[in-house]
Amino acid sequence: MNDGDALTDLYQELVLEHKRSPRNFGPMQAPSHEARGTNPQCGDDIQVQLRIDGDRIDDIRFTGSGCAICVASTSMMTEAVKKGGVGSALELQERFRAVMTGKREAREAGLGKLASLAGVRRYPSRIKCVLLGWHALGHAIGEADKAGEGKSA
Amino acid sequence: MSETSIHGSRADVAADRFPVETIRAQFPILAQQIRGRQLAYLDNAATTQSPTAVMDAVREFESTIRANIHRGVHTLSQQSTDAFEQARADMGRFLGLGDAHGLVFTSGTTEALNTIAYGLSAGDGVPASLGAGDEIIVSGLEHHANLIPWQRAARRSGATLRILLPDTAGRVHVEDLAKLLGPRTRVFALTACANATGYRPPYETMLRMAAEAGALTVLDGAQAVSHETIDLPALECDFLAFSSHKMYGPMGIGGLAGRLSALERLSPLRLGGDMVDWVNLEDAGFAPLPSRLEGGTQNVGGAVGMAEAARFIDRIGRPRIDAEVRRLRARATAGLETIEGLTVLNPESTESAIVAFVARGVHPHDIGTLLDERAIAVRTGHHCAMPLMERLGSGPTTRASFAAYNTDDEVDRLVEAVDAALRALA
Repeated sequence: MNDGDALTDLYQELVLEHKRSPRNFGPMQAPSHEARGTNPQCGDDIQVQLRIDGDRIDDIRFTGSGCAICVASTSMMTEAVKKGGVGSALELQERFRAVMTGKREAREAGLGKLASLAGVRRYPSRIKCVLLGWHALGHAIGEADKAGEGKSA
Repeated sequence: MSETSIHGSRADVAADRFPVETIRAQFPILAQQIRGRQLAYLDNAATTQSPTAVMDAVREFESTIRANIHRGVHTLSQQSTDAFEQARADMGRFLGLGDAHGLVFTSGTTEALNTIAYGLSAGDGVPASLGAGDEIIVSGLEHHANLIPWQRAARRSGATLRILLPDTAGRVHVEDLAKLLGPRTRVFALTACANATGYRPPYETMLRMAAEAGALTVLDGAQAVSHETIDLPALECDFLAFSSHKMYGPMGIGGLAGRLSALERLSPLRLGGDMVDWVNLEDAGFAPLPSRLEGGTQNVGGAVGMAEAARFIDRIGRPRIDAEVRRLRARATAGLETIEGLTVLNPESTESAIVAFVARGVHPHDIGTLLDERAIAVRTGHHCAMPLMERLGSGPTTRASFAAYNTDDEVDRLVEAVDAALRALA
């Protein structure tokens, strides 16, 4: 007996490898931006912290716990946006979300390694898991911006 | 009568074997394949499936009797009213109710518990039983439906909500309850079986202790009514809440059974048609029980189906079902405990149809997805019991739960699939 599609599509080796050794995992000293994403249904709870200088993401880390899909997706996300621009991080988030919600094809979205998560699309109950860290990223960037405006005013 | 009946074949009866194949044959939904594999439905604590007898009873009602009750002089309305009241009488027998008890139909356990918590605290039409300085005790094992309504009842009335905390193994103790009970305790609410772990608290003793302290007692019977024989008058229980869909009946129907003296203390949660004696533009007088607590058009077909489900259960026999689901739970526990890195919660709770477990380093959602790949249906997550999960420090869990139609083979498939999932994911 084998496990059919899920092990080959959903739990690709790259995904499991990120789940076993998540990148940029652990708390950050003095983040400039942070947000938490939770899914009360399953208990996933991810905190994303960033240090943003101007419009560049100098550092990004995450803490918390979640399923393999959630942890691997957040881990790959941190790799993809670290040392990049805030604008391109938000743009990548938009593309990733479009692929996951079936609005865009994975192969034309230029997702790189993140394409290994595209199989999640066929598991509607797991789409929340794959997007949780990305929602936290969006909130962290968005909400802290407002705080920054407040400070400069 | 044919060779095979609901009781099982003559061979089954002779050998006193549990007639699982005869039972399974009455559940068409179980015969299906999911992605080419035979469905193993092990999510019965969330909802059980319905036998054809229940579906036929509902269809028969809907196609020959359906009409609104208590409202018309025409023949169908009278027949429908009779069917509804017959269902009430049948469910009353199922729960052992006598003259001092009553049964109110609700949409299920959640509505029943809300009806009690609101009814004791609202003070509308009936004096409130809860006020400032009073105390409500709820166990820390509860489904959110037996916690959140009490949180609001406490806020509304000024009463204090006190929690009977389980130990770190998820068990509650009579000594702890004794310390909480006092002259100001007005209500004690407890589950008959924790839906998240399968732990069965000593509810008979605890309800008695609370009643002796002068409290009204509430039992959430959702996880028990399908297999445990709950003889309500034998318990010190003022209110019992239960759901049809966890006892092989239709969804969207259930009940609140209780002592009439206690039911009389409830302000109605739903105001509207059929629950009043008189209405003018300024005020209304409420009807007597049970109508007072049954505002709005009732789920009559559901009540008919639920009564049929009770008959289905009692044709097999609750002691037999109870023994069988406990045996399946024990088999699953023994199998799961052989898996490296896996911990079964409350393995000692042998009077249960529910087994929950956690695996080191592997999230239940991932286990659930790989089990679904093998057509094994289980529940994963917090099971609407977040405070208990937090208390246990286990995080979310995977839960398998058994019914009269489950087989040893399904249990063994569960164990094998969990083992394979952990090997793949760890």
